[in-house]
Amino acid sequence: MTSPELLTHARASLALHTVRKATGGAVGHPLLLLHGLGERTPSTLPLGYEAWPGAVYGLDFMGHGSSTIPLGGGYTCELLMADADAALAHLGPATVAGRGLGAYVALLLAGGRPDVVRGAILLDGPGLAGGGPVPGSPSVIAVNPDHVAPPDPFALAELTRDPRPPDYATNFARQVTQMSTMEDPITVCAVGRPPWLEAVAAEPGVVVSSLADALAAYARTT
Amino acid sequence: MTELVEEERVSFPGATPPHRTRTVSSDGLGIAVHEWGDEGAPPVMVAHGGFDFARTFDVFAPLIAAGGWRVVAWDHRGHGDSEHAHLSSWDADVRDAMAVFDATAPGPLAVIGHSKGGALLLQLAESSPHRISKLVNIDGMPSPRPHPDVADHQRTRLMASELSGWLDSRRTAAAAQRKPGTLDELAQRRARMNPRLSHEWLRYLVSVGARRDADGWRWKIDPTMRMGGFGPWRNSWSLERLSGLAMPMIGLLGLIPEQMGWGTEPDELRPYLPAGGQLVAFEDTGHFVHIERSTEVAELVLDFLGSPR
Repeated sequence: MTSPELLTHARASLALHTVRKATGGAVGHPLLLLHGLGERTPSTLPLGYEAWPGAVYGLDFMGHGSSTIPLGGGYTCELLMADADAALAHLGPATVAGRGLGAYVALLLAGGRPDVVRGAILLDGPGLAGGGPVPGSPSVIAVNPDHVAPPDPFALAELTRDPRPPDYATNFARQVTQMSTMEDPITVCAVGRPPWLEAVAAEPGVVVSSLADALAAYARTT
Repeated sequence: MTELVEEERVSFPGATPPHRTRTVSSDGLGIAVHEWGDEGAPPVMVAHGGFDFARTFDVFAPLIAAGGWRVVAWDHRGHGDSEHAHLSSWDADVRDAMAVFDATAPGPLAVIGHSKGGALLLQLAESSPHRISKLVNIDGMPSPRPHPDVADHQRTRLMASELSGWLDSRRTAAAAQRKPGTLDELAQRRARMNPRLSHEWLRYLVSVGARRDADGWRWKIDPTMRMGGFGPWRNSWSLERLSGLAMPMIGLLGLIPEQMGWGTEPDELRPYLPAGGQLVAFEDTGHFVHIERSTEVAELVLDFLGSPR
């Protein structure tokens, strides 16, 4: 993997990696990979993506991989959506495949940019459930200041506590299905079904399918 | 007339700058702390509202200090003189508050919070009841009412505009700057958020909450911050926990609705109050109760807090 492109989101620098260039002169839109909680962009193309004809990129979220580690935390999935939007601003229209935390962010991003996301693929991975549908008892988290990051221990702590109410997630899913010009703009491939994803998968216009079928379908869209 | 002269002559009746300032590290982020009163007096912690800053207490805090308290207020991250963070969130603000508590005194402390600051302190009281002895909430009590409902198709359009507008603002945040202006212009702009407060007061706030750049005054607040926003949070979540608080608590409500207020009605809130919890409603008063009626509110708060010793 070559050196990442550095993108700017407010005061942070975000690493956008080229995981694989387009194959055989393919000219279709790219695929953007969003990693799970605590992960980073893979250095080689993960299994299951070989058939994607276009370029494959991966974004390191803030506090992860080669991106900025913020002082004093403050993570929300909405802010990670804006991280991912910085990648869209750079790449233009793209299919987005997210694992775990990245799957939830991919849904939010598709809702925020239904005209730019050319299909959102929601996959299993770390951080899929977040903090559950409602917050637990509040607590003030503390992290070990000597912990070596990345990943930022605040990200690991905060993004496993963020509430993800099913109706909040379906609001985003409806934004996508109502405003996207695509026929099937969201595909759920995850086996795990935390409440937010169970609700999204049951929405009209959301497809439940395999990664291979989702990639094939989205590669055909313009 | 130089701007320095202009800055020097801005004053407001009863407004007193903090007697001491310091910086507390919240996991490496600098949080500015402002204090009024005798350093050896018992502390009372004071939290400001969203888009405000600690020095909005320049009139109210000295009144509490005169009652024998060491008033400790801090600027939330990105506000006032505190550092501009990469990220901001509700939980991070609560954590910053705890860092200021820890740097001030161990054990339970009396607290006063206005608006968002009141709601932050409610969460701190729920998460860390051992750190709060008495709680004053000034027009920052959760409202039991859900947001007004709108038709589905209208909601979709509203949400699309809100989301894309917010994402667009994040795309340009790196270069964002507050708009410069004269003291009077900034005071007039702030009057849109604070329509019931006098121009003289708002002009004073500019002199302590803005900085003088070569091209004019700019609010110090982090230019990447934006009013409004969205997220999964529901009023009902904090409301349901309110009745579980055990420390003495008083809530003050301003009954005149205004943009920065939360529209909480006393009768709707009463069923959720903890045992012994008090609610005082102020007629003919807006969201900034402690500014509009500083003397009356200070007397009420001092009476509630009791003897500082």
